[in-house]
Amino acid sequence: MFKRIPLSALIGIIATSTFVFMAVFAPWIAPYPMAEIVGGTWEPSSAKFLLGTDNLGRDLLSRMIFGARTTLTIAALATALSFTLGATLGFTAAVFGGWVDQVMSRGIDLLMAIPTLIFALVVLSVLPTTITTLILVMGVLDSTRVYRLSRAVAVDINVMDFVEAARLRGEGRIWIIFREILPNALSPLVAELGLRFIFAVLFLSALSFLGLGVQPPEADWGGMVKENKDGIIFGIPAALIPAAAIAVLAISVNLVADWILNRTTDLKGGRG
Amino acid sequence: MGSGLWTLIIQRLLMGLGLLLAVSVLIFAGTQILPGDVAASILGQSATPEALANLRSDLGLDQPAWKRYFSWLGGLLQGDLGTALSNGKDISASLGKRLGNTLFLAFWAALMSVPLAILLGLLAVRYRGRWPDKLISGITLTSISLPEFFIGYLLIYFIAVKTQWLPSVSTVYEGMAFADRLKAIALPAITLTMVVLAHMMRMTRAAILNVMQSAYVETAELKGLSAFEVIRKHAFPNVIAPIVNVVMLNLAFLVVGVVVVEVIFVYPGMGQYLVDHVAKRDVPVVQACGLVFAGVYILLNMVADIVALLSNPRLRHPK
Amino acid sequence: MADETLLEVCNLRIEATVYPPGEKPQTLVIVKDLSWSLKRGQVLGIIGESGAGKSTAALAGMAYGRGGVRLPAGEVWLDGQNLLAVGKAALRNVRGRKVCYVAQSAAAAFNPAHTLMDQVVEASLLHGVCNRATAENRAIRLFEKLGLPNPDKIGDRYPHQVSGGQLQRVMTAMALCPEPDLIVFDEPTTALDVTTQIDVLAAIKDAIRDTGVAAMYITHDLAVVAQVSDEIMVLRHGELVEHGTAKQIIESPREEYTQALVSVRSIEHEEKKPSTQPVMKVKNVTAAYGGTIDVLKDISVEIHPGQTLAVVGESGSGKSTLARAITGLLPPRKGTIEFDGRTLSNALAQRSRDDLREVQMIYQMADVAMNPRQTVRTIIGRPLQFYFDLKGEALDQRINELLEEIEMGDGFADRYPAELSGGQKQRVCIARALAAKPKLIICDEVTSALDPLVADGILKLLLDLQAREGVSYMFITHDLATVKAIADSIAVMFQGELVRYGPKSEVLAPPFDDYTDLLLSSVPQMRLGWLEEVTKSRRMASGGN
Repeated sequence: MFKRIPLSALIGIIATSTFVFMAVFAPWIAPYPMAEIVGGTWEPSSAKFLLGTDNLGRDLLSRMIFGARTTLTIAALATALSFTLGATLGFTAAVFGGWVDQVMSRGIDLLMAIPTLIFALVVLSVLPTTITTLILVMGVLDSTRVYRLSRAVAVDINVMDFVEAARLRGEGRIWIIFREILPNALSPLVAELGLRFIFAVLFLSALSFLGLGVQPPEADWGGMVKENKDGIIFGIPAALIPAAAIAVLAISVNLVADWILNRTTDLKGGRG
Repeated sequence: MGSGLWTLIIQRLLMGLGLLLAVSVLIFAGTQILPGDVAASILGQSATPEALANLRSDLGLDQPAWKRYFSWLGGLLQGDLGTALSNGKDISASLGKRLGNTLFLAFWAALMSVPLAILLGLLAVRYRGRWPDKLISGITLTSISLPEFFIGYLLIYFIAVKTQWLPSVSTVYEGMAFADRLKAIALPAITLTMVVLAHMMRMTRAAILNVMQSAYVETAELKGLSAFEVIRKHAFPNVIAPIVNVVMLNLAFLVVGVVVVEVIFVYPGMGQYLVDHVAKRDVPVVQACGLVFAGVYILLNMVADIVALLSNPRLRHPK
Repeated sequence: MADETLLEVCNLRIEATVYPPGEKPQTLVIVKDLSWSLKRGQVLGIIGESGAGKSTAALAGMAYGRGGVRLPAGEVWLDGQNLLAVGKAALRNVRGRKVCYVAQSAAAAFNPAHTLMDQVVEASLLHGVCNRATAENRAIRLFEKLGLPNPDKIGDRYPHQVSGGQLQRVMTAMALCPEPDLIVFDEPTTALDVTTQIDVLAAIKDAIRDTGVAAMYITHDLAVVAQVSDEIMVLRHGELVEHGTAKQIIESPREEYTQALVSVRSIEHEEKKPSTQPVMKVKNVTAAYGGTIDVLKDISVEIHPGQTLAVVGESGSGKSTLARAITGLLPPRKGTIEFDGRTLSNALAQRSRDDLREVQMIYQMADVAMNPRQTVRTIIGRPLQFYFDLKGEALDQRINELLEEIEMGDGFADRYPAELSGGQKQRVCIARALAAKPKLIICDEVTSALDPLVADGILKLLLDLQAREGVSYMFITHDLATVKAIADSIAVMFQGELVRYGPKSEVLAPPFDDYTDLLLSSVPQMRLGWLEEVTKSRRMASGGN
């Protein structure tokens, strides 16, 4: 199955793994502590500070590494939450149908009528800005999209003749969900997992950039853009480094998700 | 036009209105029922219990939630959005000016992005599977992954700081000359364009391909129509609706994207206004801004739906 | 004039590039080296199974390649011009004026945004054949000739406002309107119900004869093509099998493959006498979907052990609904279903495991009837585990036995459905049904998605299995030829009602009721002149009314 990995996917896998490695082993590979002032303000790149220093004189590389940890962890937890919530509700709606489906689907429609960022801002204006709040808000708001997708996929599969055949055989709901529907719903869901994770990273970064996400002195990529943005007009590109990291991470996860989606669609049945 | 079509359109309009009402409930509930106390956040931690109680009754916080909702809604309907907690200014007045600025920026971004997206979409279809298509789809994949501030600061770094072609901060003020105003919003408008372009182009490409691969386009080709005639007479009438749909959806997307872009360029629009007051926990302002953003979003989505209804020949000419 | 050659295709080669995901693009040769010619006013039938390249070849006659299809070699001479060499502008002058095209699905081939008349006269106006008034006049006369209702009004309608059969006639009128020399008919009646098909077929044939246009008529149904063609060309895997006059091909086919096509559906099946103890009795069943309109009205039929009941009807007759009512998927509103002496509960959920086991189902589309993520072993093995608790060695052995029964080796056990051909997939579905050791198998249009020869193989297998295992079939189909081949008794359904029911010999013998007569006389026969006989007798019958 893994016999041919296209170059683009390979790049995606390598880049993504590098970021994950950085996040997991941050305290061991970062040259300096996260929040310690070790040099002058906005020092340029040197042997001592590979990426230079930030607006307060902290080592930018170390903060990037610790930032990877914060950003990836929060995004991963929010994605996990949105997936668990969205997929469970979506599958339930599809298999039960009837009023259960109607009530849940209309509720989701309502939530989706408000742009996610706006809704998050409204809610964050009254909630305390903690990491738990962030994960909850992001996870719940994003689960609407997972719900839509998993419901649609499950509804499509649920009406197929092989599911009907299983029902006629007398199989129970558990078998039908886990053995007939889930294996066929997996590949679109896995590809979606990647996209949702990217969205979570971008969303978290946007919130932190607006000053409403992760709070200082904790390092996270979006917040680091905010901290260093004033340097830009003096020609100091420090803010571009975390911004670029976000972009590279998003692109590489996208490449992997794209490959997974392409690789699995050809297994689908079809005449000839 | 059939009466069935009008029924559907009226239904859709009523649905939009109902949705807006439901959204107002949701936004109100989101700020009022969740933990956290407006009065406490205004006065800070050093507030005395008496001061808190006074402020609460001033703000009407001692009333039940549903009463407060209806008085808020009543004010909304009369154009009265209340006063800001942080500075006591009338919200409607500040919001009006800023909404104007935001729409000005969004308008120019749309004016650039829509024709460009359609053109590139057409190009991708024209050279489907060949290098222009692949290049365009590669760029799309990349730019969907780029955060707004990456594009924004990259532009500032190279175009405003290194070459100094355009200003890095988009200051606009009343009585500013039109040309200066355009120059001021050039960078944020370009950023917004790049943010929505990829999406819009990808969806346009899919919409056009869908029509170009249909059997009736083949029929037209086999009648001997030239490529141009096939597109003008047979593809165009069917592709307009999906494209308008795509454009509307992306304009909705653009209006939201404005929030971050305004902060990057310190542009005095709604987004900046909203973000500032979220940080100050100024709930009335946040509610008002949230509702306006959601309203624009719902409106654009509704227009997309109605255009789709209007252009469906099955509905326009019922059996 | 009559003997003048109109179209001459020499050494045509057709290729296409396919893009398998994750692999390098591959060049596929659809047609290797094909030559044929056509005289003015003549009709050439082109026949073959799906994937034989027949549509592609005929479209190449217009120098058109659908999708990524290319025409790298060969010549297509039409009226003194080599269409493959004339260039785009000249080609546009030929298309829609000298050669016109009638597509399989008129519903998709008409632009939903324009009226029918606009589209019918479009080519005539474009090529300056005549002015709009003349073209519209001509179109109305063609509508009339093709038997369309309200010929002077129907042009104002939009495609979605007329039925499929009418749309197919309008499409023929559209092709005839610019008075071309040649029309390509691409399976024009395949998507239609059998009783509609014959009318459209007769209308097309009359129109061809009256206007003297030449035609290429593509279909997979030899009996249909025999009615309209002067000559027939048989294709297989992109190569010519046989080319001859219609008479020669039908009456004395030379090649083995053609002989098989001609003798398809000629399975002889001796009717068995009904027993005293039917295995299933459907009593006064009435059923409705959701609302109040009954799609099944008071149906009573019986199925005898080791025998086949064929349920025949066109789309909308309720024949598939009957199957859903029997299986419990759609609990009947009224009536009972007795099985093997006991009354089955109406709802699926209340049936016992044995109730479920003894009635099995085989579907029309084998593709979607099997979970694409399960191997053949799991697909066949699951009922064995579920009903008989088979495990390990015993399970494997039984799976192999079943694979042998459906004439597939155990090498297939670890394949996925996507790795099987259409016929093999349907065989695996049969094995899955057999695994439950059922007394009754409901076969819902099991052969209609298959090519005729493959379908014949499936029917023979089903008959063999019945002889060996004594299983009963309820065979749902719209195809009367299949019914004749397999049934012991027949139920004819029309709009939810049972029109005619009894042993095969009685149902298929006169006197007929009107609908059965219509249905029976509409099945294309594999002989020349059948269409004329039928239309003549129908005209006489309607004249007598």
